[in-house]
Amino acid sequence: MEILKIENLSLSINGSRILNNLSIDFWEGCIHAVVGPNGVGKTTLGRTVMGLEGYRDFDGDIIYKDEPIKDLSVYQRAKRGITLAWQEPARFEGLTVEDFIKSSVKNKSREVVADALKKVGMRPDEYIGRAVDKGLSGGERKKIELASILVMKPELVILDEPDSGIDVASLQNIFEAIKFLKSNGSTIILITHSLEVLKKAEHAILMCNGSVFKKGSVKEISKYFKNKCIPCDHKNMPE
Amino acid sequence: MGIEDLIKLANIHSAMQDSNTARLVINKDRIIDTNVVTGLIVDAKEIKDGVDINITLREDTTVENPVHLCFGVTHKKAIQKIIMNISIGQNSRISVFAHCVFPNAVDVRHIMDAKIKVGKGAKYSYLEKHIHSEEGGITVIPKARITLEEDARLKTEFELTRGRVGIINIDYETTCGRESVMEMTARISGKGNDVIKIKEAGNLVGEGARGVLTSRIALRQNARAEVYNKLVATADYARGHVDCKEIIQDNAVASAIPIVEVRNPKAHITHEASIGSVDSKQLQTLMSRGLSENEAVELIIAGLLK
Repeated sequence: MEILKIENLSLSINGSRILNNLSIDFWEGCIHAVVGPNGVGKTTLGRTVMGLEGYRDFDGDIIYKDEPIKDLSVYQRAKRGITLAWQEPARFEGLTVEDFIKSSVKNKSREVVADALKKVGMRPDEYIGRAVDKGLSGGERKKIELASILVMKPELVILDEPDSGIDVASLQNIFEAIKFLKSNGSTIILITHSLEVLKKAEHAILMCNGSVFKKGSVKEISKYFKNKCIPCDHKNMPE
Repeated sequence: MGIEDLIKLANIHSAMQDSNTARLVINKDRIIDTNVVTGLIVDAKEIKDGVDINITLREDTTVENPVHLCFGVTHKKAIQKIIMNISIGQNSRISVFAHCVFPNAVDVRHIMDAKIKVGKGAKYSYLEKHIHSEEGGITVIPKARITLEEDARLKTEFELTRGRVGIINIDYETTCGRESVMEMTARISGKGNDVIKIKEAGNLVGEGARGVLTSRIALRQNARAEVYNKLVATADYARGHVDCKEIIQDNAVASAIPIVEVRNPKAHITHEASIGSVDSKQLQTLMSRGLSENEAVELIIAGLLK
């Protein structure tokens, strides 16, 4: 059963068409990967589903759990269980890791925060009191953002380039966290151009030129992406 | 409201009962309580509309517990003048926590005029925390002239995030000797028709002197702020940085004037200033976790002013 249904979605930014009559269903409880080279509209798709500023004036429909969400704000979508992790997480001057993670959850105990940090491979005693600012690396902020999503227990999670800025050891922590989200019943959309991340999905969608070009098993899409898309030099022009 | 309430608001109950903690408690122009510790000499006398205070810390002395200064005015209308001369002996260490509490102010003027000398190799840290009424009927005019001798360390923090600012006009200037280090930070939240003026200056005159001036201001409604930070480097290897960030909402108006002046080719000063509404990415991140826009803005501002 689909949790998210996108119908004929088109969106332009500054006069350029980024999403082009895109239609796709995402099944509930499944790990989906949206793959494609840079510039095909993957991130735009994620931000449009989340309803971020600048991504709300689109044609078509986004149906979440049988309800159109086009007119809902980011906050209202989050309240219905949708969330998104940025490719490059925000910095928050002065806001501690503890306060940042607690902001996502009703049970605001320190234990909940510590547990989430452990799940993404971070030592609570080392990080809990630090600010989510430039004192942390991009990879550290990425894991902290994921921890804030774990405590939220969302129904639909969009992870934009979950491996960007992440070292090899930390990547395993990210994969463990994705597994944990899945075991808790979340539907996950991985936005990626990494074959390693793609392997963690159960179903894959290949995008080109703002549309769905191909969908199918991870093996099938992975093979096509590797052989056709990575060497492709005519960006956004599928054969 | 009486003295007990003042002490409660300043949160200095435990300090009041500890004989090892130095303190000076003033309500308007009356000295309510004093306590000193070994090596620290506090000479305070009541003057017209205020108190004249001389604080001396002997050489090679470390004061273990923070010294609490409580400058309160429980009256609705009053003038409070605080004249302070502080001298920190060489190689000494002291940390001062000043509580400026004006809970009922309708028409109160708090004027501070301080001269501070931090001796060679000494460390002086000064945290000034203000608690104001919600009336906005207060004018705060703190002025300090500070001298740091060789290898001295100074850290000041000015915090006014509770109650209405009213009018504040800060004027701090520090002269930094050889290898000395100065950090001055102001965190202020304004609303209503509050007016905030900050003038902080640092003169890096000694070889290897370092200084950082930091301002964090949040403004709402019709509040206005003008931040004037100036760092001047005249000595070899002097290093400095000016950092001002202001968040505005509603009809608030903010300006930042960072001035960096380098008169020595071996010196280096940098500055950064930003004024604007709440960062969109921060806001949307928190909203995508289920916070309303207002809750997200509150959290972002609380972080900025922390």
